[in-house]
Amino acid sequence: MSDSLSSIVPGGSQDRWAGRRVGPGVSLKDCRPTRRRVWRDRRNTFLVSLAVGITMIPVVMILYQITAKGIATMDWEFLTSSMPLSFRREGGGFLNGLVGTFIMVGLASAVSIPFGVLAAVYLVEYGKKNWLAKLIRFFSDVMTGVPSVFVGLFVYTALVIEFGFGALMGAASLAIIMMPIIVRSTEEMLKLVPQELKDASYALGAAKWQTVIKIILPSAAPGITTGVMLAVARAAGETAPLILTALGSYQLTAKLWGKPMSSLTLAIFDGARNPFAAGQARAWAGALELLIIVLVFTIAARLVASRSRISR
Amino acid sequence: MIVKKTHKGPAAVLVLVLLVIGLVGVAAAGCGEAADLPAAGGSDTTASGTAATTAGSGGQSAPLTASLNGAGATFPEPLYIEWIGEFQAANPEVTINYQGIGSGGGIEQFTKLTVDFGASDAPMKDEEVTAAEAAGGAKVLHIPTVFGAVVLAYNLEGIEGLKLDPGTLAAIFLGTITSWNDAKVAALNPGVTLPDKPIQVVHRSDSSGTTSIFTGYLAQVSSEWADTVGGGKEVQWPVGIGGQGNDGVAAVVQQQAGSIGYVELSYATESGLTMATLQNQAGNFIIPSLESTSAAAVGVEFPEDLRFSVSNSTGEQAYPIVGATWILVYEKMKDAAKVDALKAWLTWSLNEGTAIAEELGYAPLSEELKALALAKIESISTF
Amino acid sequence: MRWPRSNPSAPSRVISTTKSASPWQRRGVGRRADSLFVILAASSGVLILLVLAWMVVSTTGTALPVFGSQGISFITSSEWSPSDGEFGALAFIYGTVITSVIALLIAIPLSLGVSLFLTEYSPKRLKTPIGYAIDLLAAVPSVIYGLWGVFILLPLFLQPTADFLAKYLGFIPIFKGPASGLSYFGAGVILAVMITPIITSLCREVFATVPNADRHAAYALGATKWEMIRQSVLPRGRAGIVGAIMLGLGRALGETIAVALLIGSAVRIDVSWLRPGYSMAAVIANQFQEATGDHIRALVGVGVVLFALTILINMGARALVWRFNRI
Repeated sequence: MSDSLSSIVPGGSQDRWAGRRVGPGVSLKDCRPTRRRVWRDRRNTFLVSLAVGITMIPVVMILYQITAKGIATMDWEFLTSSMPLSFRREGGGFLNGLVGTFIMVGLASAVSIPFGVLAAVYLVEYGKKNWLAKLIRFFSDVMTGVPSVFVGLFVYTALVIEFGFGALMGAASLAIIMMPIIVRSTEEMLKLVPQELKDASYALGAAKWQTVIKIILPSAAPGITTGVMLAVARAAGETAPLILTALGSYQLTAKLWGKPMSSLTLAIFDGARNPFAAGQARAWAGALELLIIVLVFTIAARLVASRSRISR
Repeated sequence: MIVKKTHKGPAAVLVLVLLVIGLVGVAAAGCGEAADLPAAGGSDTTASGTAATTAGSGGQSAPLTASLNGAGATFPEPLYIEWIGEFQAANPEVTINYQGIGSGGGIEQFTKLTVDFGASDAPMKDEEVTAAEAAGGAKVLHIPTVFGAVVLAYNLEGIEGLKLDPGTLAAIFLGTITSWNDAKVAALNPGVTLPDKPIQVVHRSDSSGTTSIFTGYLAQVSSEWADTVGGGKEVQWPVGIGGQGNDGVAAVVQQQAGSIGYVELSYATESGLTMATLQNQAGNFIIPSLESTSAAAVGVEFPEDLRFSVSNSTGEQAYPIVGATWILVYEKMKDAAKVDALKAWLTWSLNEGTAIAEELGYAPLSEELKALALAKIESISTF
Repeated sequence: MRWPRSNPSAPSRVISTTKSASPWQRRGVGRRADSLFVILAASSGVLILLVLAWMVVSTTGTALPVFGSQGISFITSSEWSPSDGEFGALAFIYGTVITSVIALLIAIPLSLGVSLFLTEYSPKRLKTPIGYAIDLLAAVPSVIYGLWGVFILLPLFLQPTADFLAKYLGFIPIFKGPASGLSYFGAGVILAVMITPIITSLCREVFATVPNADRHAAYALGATKWEMIRQSVLPRGRAGIVGAIMLGLGRALGETIAVALLIGSAVRIDVSWLRPGYSMAAVIANQFQEATGDHIRALVGVGVVLFALTILINMGARALVWRFNRI
């Protein structure tokens, strides 16, 4: 650090600075940086702002265009009917996909939320720093980085080969994706519960499990909810694992296994590869539908977090 | 430290929301399913693409009751879907699911016995027939349904009716002609200002009967193509962007300026793509259409098993790249109800379905060929 | 009422397991329930480990026949011909790596810029909206990126840029035409948009931990803003930044849908970035639905290779970020 600083500290080895003699009685005016340094600073400020500007463009574009194109096709019929016989036909909607998403995300949440929260409870309250907890933490982190298509492949090899495609398989893959996210975020929230609260509970004679269920979890509930909602939003937006497990279908169905099920994301994916105007129009409306769902959950998560003032 | 009031609210809200989601989902699906699927039993699961939906409504019961599954070519898919829809409307107790996964996939599924019928634009090779007959325990029947044209759809603004000849076409797909304003292309299109744009070739990324028809034609007209690439459902394309299914290729041509790709006729017309005019063996430049497709099927010798090619036909007004498409069935099947339904559907489609076929640009079979096909259908029976 | 401050290092077990006056504990009910509860909680945690282990075993097992029959050529050959039983995944590995490299080239400067802006330059009232915008980018599902990429980004930006690059820089092999927006380049750009929010948020956290004293020290010595950043902020966060980049890379490697729609689906290796190609995740998504038998096993095998690659990168990244962030 000293090397580069010597160029800016006045009165350095040469008693000269920016071409001016520096000596006793040097005024603050002489401590201005050289023009080159100023230019460099200004240039970098510009570059940084440019980066921000460039990054903001996709956000604005995506929001605007999906809304504009989606609104054009989104109507009551779209929201309440399923795919027509073929992609070329006008009309119809993505109800089969919407229902599929609800069912599979609902099932996945039903499994991943309790197990995820319990695992986090273990990490914070019981395991803390022991070898098992460290292992679980590390591999949870690793799991969040596993490509979702691979999770789909796993569920295919482990379950679909035996039992066929279906909603349960899709839900299984979503649960695997959601669980590490929930574990990690819940862990962070549980750590914030003040020790005094727990001590008070123990002092009043409560057992540990009672403390967890009645005091710790409710206290961290807003934060946990935030994490869970973000995980749900993520699961609702997944496509690749569902291609391999639920397969996709034109039909509206509630059969949970043995029969392929669609999801909103799968329907949009098919629409994106379509040359037919009707199919593409439906894809945009479906994208708007999906975006709204995801945004609602994401924004709700933030609201819950900020309302209870749990900050990270 | 002030003891905080525990916030049970958000957690309860979340649980409530999820419950509602789950309930709404199941309820909606329950209602939906009851209306959509009058027939009992779900479809067989196969490792293949999306299933066609049923249009069936309630109504009086019909004598035919069955649930059929088919898979295969995307080439005739638009037509089969219409045929299925119409037939189901008249026979509400019949459900037919057709999945467009490409001819190769169709033959595979058919051989694996996961579908009741397959569909392919490439007739099964001898080895494939032997394998299928061993698997199904019965003879394999090729039922031709329609003729379709493989057109070259391209994306060049303002240029209609681009003319191409076989040699130039092969060169484009070999990657030797790379620019639209190449001398050879310009020579075929006098008076048209071709842009100085690179040619983007588009081909199929999946195993396809359409590819088989197209590459078979190229192998016939270009010895260079026959030597380097050859024909088949899947080939090693020297250049080009891949599209999944006929609709995928059409989509890519739509998206990519300056591109050219091969698709079945109705995909091009329905997607608003311009088609190239090809020079046929007689030397005439032919616009792809229903008439020129039918003209290609005239004067062809039909072998007994009805596996034939109508590629590069000699007819004066024949469009050069035409192929038949077949439905693959076993001569004997186990389920009597399925046999009846299948025979009824196929017979109906070959007779009453010709109007729909023509509307979509597929050429119906000639009377002679139709008689042969109907005879084959008749011979389907139970074990 | 202020509770007496308890010693944070004192184990809380001291309070709960002594022979206290609690009627629950005297009766032993609490104890048994406690043990049950611990077991339940621990099992949930172990579940993750089991699933991960099962994942590796199940997929590798399914792919083993193909690995056996193809041998090392599975990852060294680019001959991929399912109907002939030839499975060489090199083209996909190549495509995955190239698109991720392109994505990083674009995303790293952008992310560093945005995160520096947010921590060092931004006026207070811009911080929240821009922060929200970044979170929004992170929340958009990848299929929507794909849809937008194909119908909007492709004609508006990808194709013109690709044509431009091929026209003026076409003598450089990586920019040789004929150029297509549906190429490694197109996939790389959309990946860049997708991983920028990840790298940005992580870098933000990294930069936020730099103590203000360090910043002020640099200013006090007369540094300009950029010099301050270079002296005080960037060096301290180096490990974290690298970790963030590697996490972004891990995400880019595994991204499926947006890449499948924009990469051009061509099974070949091309030196030019402006030509169509394929990636591991994309080929799985595209070819799976019509694949049967050995073809499916080969696709699972491609998935295993992808998993191995991603895990390596992610574990390395976590180690780096861990070292930086945690105890």
